[in-house]
Amino acid sequence: MSAVVESHDHHHGPAKGISRWLFTTNHKDIGTLYLWFSFAMFLIGGAMAMVIRAELFQPGMQIVEPEFYNQMLTLHGLIMVFGAVMPAFVGLANWLVPMMVGAPDMALPRMNNLSFWILPFAFGVMLSSLFMEGGAPNFGWTFYAPLSTTYAPPSVTFFIFSVHILGASSIMGAINVIVTIMNMRAPGMTLMKMPLFVWSWLITAYLLIAVMPVLAGAVTMMLMDIHFGTSFFNAAGGGDPVLFQHIFWFFGHPEVYIMILPAFGIASHIISTFSRKKLFGYTSMVWAMVSIAILSFVVWAHHMFTVGMPLAAELFFMWATMLIAVPTGVKVFNWVATMFRGSITYETPMLFAICFVVLFTIGGFSGLMLAITPADFQYHDTYFVVAHFHYVLVPGSVFSIMAAVYYWLPKWCGNMYDERLGRLHFWLSFIGVNVTFFPQHFIGLAGMPRRIPDYALQFADWNMISTAGAFLFGASQILFLFIVVKTVMGGKKATPEVWEGAQGLEWTVDSPPPYHTFSTPPLVK
Amino acid sequence: MNQGAKNTLKYLGLAVIGMFFFSFALVPLYNVFCEVTGLNGKIDLSPTKFVQEEPVQGRDLKVQFVSHNNEQMPWSFRPSAEVINITTGKYYTATYFVKNNTDKVMVGQAIPSVAPSNAAAHLKKLECFCFEQQRLLPGEEAYLPVKLLFDNELPESINNVVLSYTIFDVTNTYKDEIVQNTHSMNTKS
Repeated sequence: MSAVVESHDHHHGPAKGISRWLFTTNHKDIGTLYLWFSFAMFLIGGAMAMVIRAELFQPGMQIVEPEFYNQMLTLHGLIMVFGAVMPAFVGLANWLVPMMVGAPDMALPRMNNLSFWILPFAFGVMLSSLFMEGGAPNFGWTFYAPLSTTYAPPSVTFFIFSVHILGASSIMGAINVIVTIMNMRAPGMTLMKMPLFVWSWLITAYLLIAVMPVLAGAVTMMLMDIHFGTSFFNAAGGGDPVLFQHIFWFFGHPEVYIMILPAFGIASHIISTFSRKKLFGYTSMVWAMVSIAILSFVVWAHHMFTVGMPLAAELFFMWATMLIAVPTGVKVFNWVATMFRGSITYETPMLFAICFVVLFTIGGFSGLMLAITPADFQYHDTYFVVAHFHYVLVPGSVFSIMAAVYYWLPKWCGNMYDERLGRLHFWLSFIGVNVTFFPQHFIGLAGMPRRIPDYALQFADWNMISTAGAFLFGASQILFLFIVVKTVMGGKKATPEVWEGAQGLEWTVDSPPPYHTFSTPPLVK
Repeated sequence: MNQGAKNTLKYLGLAVIGMFFFSFALVPLYNVFCEVTGLNGKIDLSPTKFVQEEPVQGRDLKVQFVSHNNEQMPWSFRPSAEVINITTGKYYTATYFVKNNTDKVMVGQAIPSVAPSNAAAHLKKLECFCFEQQRLLPGEEAYLPVKLLFDNELPESINNVVLSYTIFDVTNTYKDEIVQNTHSMNTKS
């Protein structure tokens, strides 16, 4: 009899203590783990950004050695891309995809556990290289050969293995998402009835499956060049360093859409809810995302216009890149059309979402400028590029993640966050991000190169302003941490629906949801 | 897990493995692409078949020779003549002077490149020092020949071609061979 009771308990509640988190196969627990992990990485990568900005506060060398500056620059990029943004989206997918499609859990729960728990080891290995002889990787997050092979510090091997591990983690996460979406939707939920966040993740997961193995191949070739005497990228042995750039960006360009497509999904949900209107142009939203994903495979060489390509290739990659503006424009139009004549309220998630639309569009426009081949010869490797990709990644991806946290946190933990503090966090972040990155457009156009610890005097004023903004933005994320912890600890109880007018299956269960949801699939009309 | 999920899992697993190998397939694809299109100024690193010199009167062409030393390559390396005036469709022999200034046996490898890149496809090399490694004893010097022809199909717009060689130190790759050779030399003497 007691055995029966125990197994009954086992099926209905989480285990106690640390083993709950170590051995969990529950999508909600794993989602939580991913989100906290990515937040920790966000703070670590952010601290590195503060080192970079502090050094750039004034011209001349003040705080760190140039060698260490390069390590900070490299690790900041790698950690933010692979440690903060990607795991945060995987965490959101874990929490939301099963609940949105009416599935009891992810399709492969044990693999889900594995794909999370190898991540801390991957970043443990990567960060440990800071304490090794010769220092951490110092060749930029794009790790161009031969900087990352012939001239790399000895710790590059640890970097390669950590990329292998985190690549495996991403691939497993992507497989899990696809198998769940393709096979575990509630009866009646056809593909074109899926919530847009689910659609965005389905497409993202396919991109991950297609390009993470290519990244693994690229670092494997580096490993062989360094240790086994091959010459994939070594010109002396008949290889070609330009080949590295082609392979890297064949991975790298779809990768940047991996970091923005889920954000498109999030923005669609939030803007629709707080405009109290059905999303404008659902079908075109889906097709826009599919087109963006397909186009992402044929534009990679726009990252390397100055490498010495024939005119025909430069023209092809220029036009293909500009073509991406069309589906992206469709999405921005749909978001604006959704808000048009809606009864909009400006809760924190909506503030972040509107800000996402506006600032992501600014980042998109500077991307169009960079896509113009002849102009790119001027902009290439300047701070203009830095401003561009920070505009699409920080107020783009990162703000969408923050919007998602404010939007779904009451659902996850059952408590409302403090609206006043949330808005304060938004305004501080909004001001911080613009003060940091907008001046970088100016100094970039004026010719300041990226990836340097010291610069010419005429860039001093804007750099000082940029650093001030960066510290404001950095500090306001401590407030974010405080708000999230405060909400998890307690607060006003949230209703199951949480937001007036929110649509979707996740709002039909209690807040917080029971440990197991949708054990019997709901019927979708 | 139902059958549908198993099938999805199977094709996703295959896709991952396929894409991993695809990344390696990009290497030969890239080289073939560059060779076929002549992009990147890449030249086939094997001798072309002897082409009968064309009876049609060719046109004048200026060929400039350029040399680079890769970082940390201490050899002297320069073309014997910096410019030659040639006629398309005929073979010419040019030489590069090379000297090992160190007191060690070293192996060098020269890598060629052609500018403008659309001239690369029209360059035929009967022999070239870049087809093999050069092993030089301490202080040894040599004149390295390259026998080349530009065919008559060279685009009209090209009147000037730059042939560049970069010499690399590949001693480490051939370390074992050198040790063996030095050993056999010692026993001979």
